[in-house]
Amino acid sequence: MQQLRLTRTRRVALIGLAGALAVSLSACAESKRDEGTGGGGTGGTFIFGTAGNPKMFDPIFNDEGETFRITRQIYDTLIQNKPGTADLEPSLAEKWEQGADGKSWTFSLKQGVKFSDGTDFNAEAVCFNFNRWFNMKGAAAQSQMIYYADVFEGFAKNEGTDTGDPVFKSCEAKDATTAVINLNKAKGAFPAAFTLPSFAIQSPTALKLYNSDTVTQSGDSFTYSEYANKHPVGTGPFKFESYDAGKGEVTLVKNDASPTQTAKIDKLIFKIIPDENARKQALKAGDIMGYDFPAPADYGLLRNDGEQVLIRPSFNVLYLGINQSGNPALKDLKVRQAIAYALNREQFVKSKLPEGSEVAPEFVPKAISGYTEDVTKYPYDLAKAKQLLQESGHATGLTLKFYYPTEVTRPYMPNPADVFTSLSEDLKAAGITIEPIAKPWNGGYKDDVQKFGKQDLHLLGWTGDYNDAGNFVGTFFGRKKPEFGFDNPELFQALSSADASPAGDAHAKAYQDVNKKIMDYLPAIPISYGPPAIVVGPKVKGLVASPLTDERFNTVTVN
Amino acid sequence: MGWVLPRPPHARTSRAGTKGLQVLRFLVRRLLQAIPTLLVLSILIFAWLRSLPGGPAAALLGDKATPEKIASLNHTLGLDQPIIFQYFRFLGRALTGDFGNSLVSSQPVMSEIGTFLPATIELGISAMILAVLIGIPAGYISARFRNGPVDNVIILLTLVGVAVPVFFLGYMMQDLLAAPLGLPSQGRQAAGLDATAITNFAILDGVMTSEWDAVWDAIRHLILPAFALATIPLAVITRITRASVLDVMNEDFIRTANSKGLTQQVVRRRHVLRNGLLPVVTTIGLQTGALLGGAVLTERVFNFRGLGFLLAEGIERRDYPRLQALLLFGALVYVLVNMLVDVSYGIIDPRVRVR
Repeated sequence: MQQLRLTRTRRVALIGLAGALAVSLSACAESKRDEGTGGGGTGGTFIFGTAGNPKMFDPIFNDEGETFRITRQIYDTLIQNKPGTADLEPSLAEKWEQGADGKSWTFSLKQGVKFSDGTDFNAEAVCFNFNRWFNMKGAAAQSQMIYYADVFEGFAKNEGTDTGDPVFKSCEAKDATTAVINLNKAKGAFPAAFTLPSFAIQSPTALKLYNSDTVTQSGDSFTYSEYANKHPVGTGPFKFESYDAGKGEVTLVKNDASPTQTAKIDKLIFKIIPDENARKQALKAGDIMGYDFPAPADYGLLRNDGEQVLIRPSFNVLYLGINQSGNPALKDLKVRQAIAYALNREQFVKSKLPEGSEVAPEFVPKAISGYTEDVTKYPYDLAKAKQLLQESGHATGLTLKFYYPTEVTRPYMPNPADVFTSLSEDLKAAGITIEPIAKPWNGGYKDDVQKFGKQDLHLLGWTGDYNDAGNFVGTFFGRKKPEFGFDNPELFQALSSADASPAGDAHAKAYQDVNKKIMDYLPAIPISYGPPAIVVGPKVKGLVASPLTDERFNTVTVN
Repeated sequence: MGWVLPRPPHARTSRAGTKGLQVLRFLVRRLLQAIPTLLVLSILIFAWLRSLPGGPAAALLGDKATPEKIASLNHTLGLDQPIIFQYFRFLGRALTGDFGNSLVSSQPVMSEIGTFLPATIELGISAMILAVLIGIPAGYISARFRNGPVDNVIILLTLVGVAVPVFFLGYMMQDLLAAPLGLPSQGRQAAGLDATAITNFAILDGVMTSEWDAVWDAIRHLILPAFALATIPLAVITRITRASVLDVMNEDFIRTANSKGLTQQVVRRRHVLRNGLLPVVTTIGLQTGALLGGAVLTERVFNFRGLGFLLAEGIERRDYPRLQALLLFGALVYVLVNMLVDVSYGIIDPRVRVR
């Protein structure tokens, strides 16, 4: 009994101690809660589920969609895509004009625009940004400017290994509202490339204040500046408030000073949820109000739950790659044509691809200027395929190594194994023997097909960045590559002159001709355009799905 | 590394006076032993990560990863240098506590671990509390009503608990339980909840700042993932308790206690349960180490942002710096937990204390 009593006393003492601890803990820290907020105002809060962490918030050093989704709300570009399309419309620039030689672009800027730090947006700010990019120092910083290197090709002083002669020459601020960009050569990517989120105009004052250009290598990766991590400043409809890595939340608030695109909501929160199923659950539970890239298999379920599945106009292409330096038979045009005729793409798109997908007659999507219906088409015709194989001497005995990726879904290819099965069944029906080779996407697939060219046939695709046909066909077929293994100087030349043609109708016409040439030569076979979707809850209004995933949330309302 | 099983209590020969010194010596020896273990592991982890096909450059660049861009980025990152050279560069920095920046988030890996560790600890402790609070009584009941219907049901449930994969259970719970119970199915905190973060332990922070809605929110977010993570340790603890209690019930001293005329209640509580719990304590310790593995899946499925979540994302994106640091950290935790289990066994066993 003695012992029992002692235990009881001890127990009471323990409870008392715990209570005292809780009280003293409460006293030791003060709530930093701002009682005034928490949604507040009339516009409310929109919470969107994203699939990955933002890298940082300086778009010039970024090349990845989940980061751009956020920077698009903070910054504006000179020109932007008209919501829901890939057509150009004014943003910070009211007008833009190409010089007669194609080597200069004059931008007439909006007046009275201010950055969210209160400083003025003007031609000098524009030139400050262009000069900053061009004069960027350090291999680490340059290596992270993927889009800049792609479009402008080089720096004042190249420090990396993958850059060449710079396209940018100089920027002149003629007056407060006129900025002229001078180039060393004409390039077809312009003016559409000015819509790229990497080329957003940032506040020169904030860039300087927070040492934006310090990108240092730290072990196997990079450290970015204080500007990029904590103080991004633009003219966009929202201002950066915080990024809480522990909670996985990026919070933006309405920028009342935004010149043109006043946001209807007060607060915009991006909640990072990498797992697709967890995003779906979060939407169902009301934790978030929308998310990107729902699995096509879930469209029906989501709609049954009252969610809105918005299908984007497609801006991508899936193709069956042919490697002419693989099996020698593939050098024969008749064999390539036979493969094209053997594929029942109509049936495949209908039965295996998500809603809104279409058969691709060529390698550029319909929304791009340079697309034409007037190309050689290869409708499903098994008899013709067999006959072509017969004529080329490959009626029997043709064996092709067909590479396809695993552990990946892409907007143009939700399920690669499905695509492989459908296409290879068609080819087998034509008498071609298929040797299937599956490789993980990030486990050697891209190396094998793009660097080493180990395959005869392979699956790959591309999502465009801006409205220029060169961004598609130029990327694929602009030069000799291990992926396709052909050397066709005439085609390379045609692509290069199309790229240099002046913007507008002539540019479109030049690419239409190139597209015809490509579909005659058939270096690969375009399969389909597959539009990705974005899903939002029943109460969300005003979100316009963009082919370029360029959704700006200033038009969104949540009630 | 590997499990170091404690010696049975009767083999221990310690005298009260030298006990403390012995424990200290033991700790120091084990810590010194851990150094070569970690060093060898660091080599294995380093070599293993770099022998995986693909790499961070391809993962970072995604769709736009042309071979030229991959080569250029690899060059800038120094990933094209000889692996031995890379290793010593890594080791040199690691010894100063610098594990580099994550490729995914571009934040220093050590600060990421600091930010995300509290979530894992919170989840692990909750799961362990559930496992112990349910497992020990269940095992005890199972043993008392041996071979009866209750025992059979409990045995069956423990089998299911061990056999069902955590991620499957997680998805099932999200689909079937979250909505009817009104519980959040993912995350650690409601989006936009303006909670003050001090230690990153959500519950503790809430208590410290008296933000009781934040405490309640954190608890609600813990329930489903903690249950999912608890299933395996719960099943194991139940079974070990049952077996151990059955063993003890057949011991001579229980017969003696019964024949002394003690009430059943006292015999059960003081003699059966106390002695039966010794092996359970060891199991709890070992299961705590094993929780780390389960946390990877649970945290991923429930979007519970802890170390497991970081690890899963790191593997997907071939985030070498993050993976190197996390795997070594995991190994260190294993070593420490094993050590604590060994020490605690000696401390808890009353027979050792008495001698």
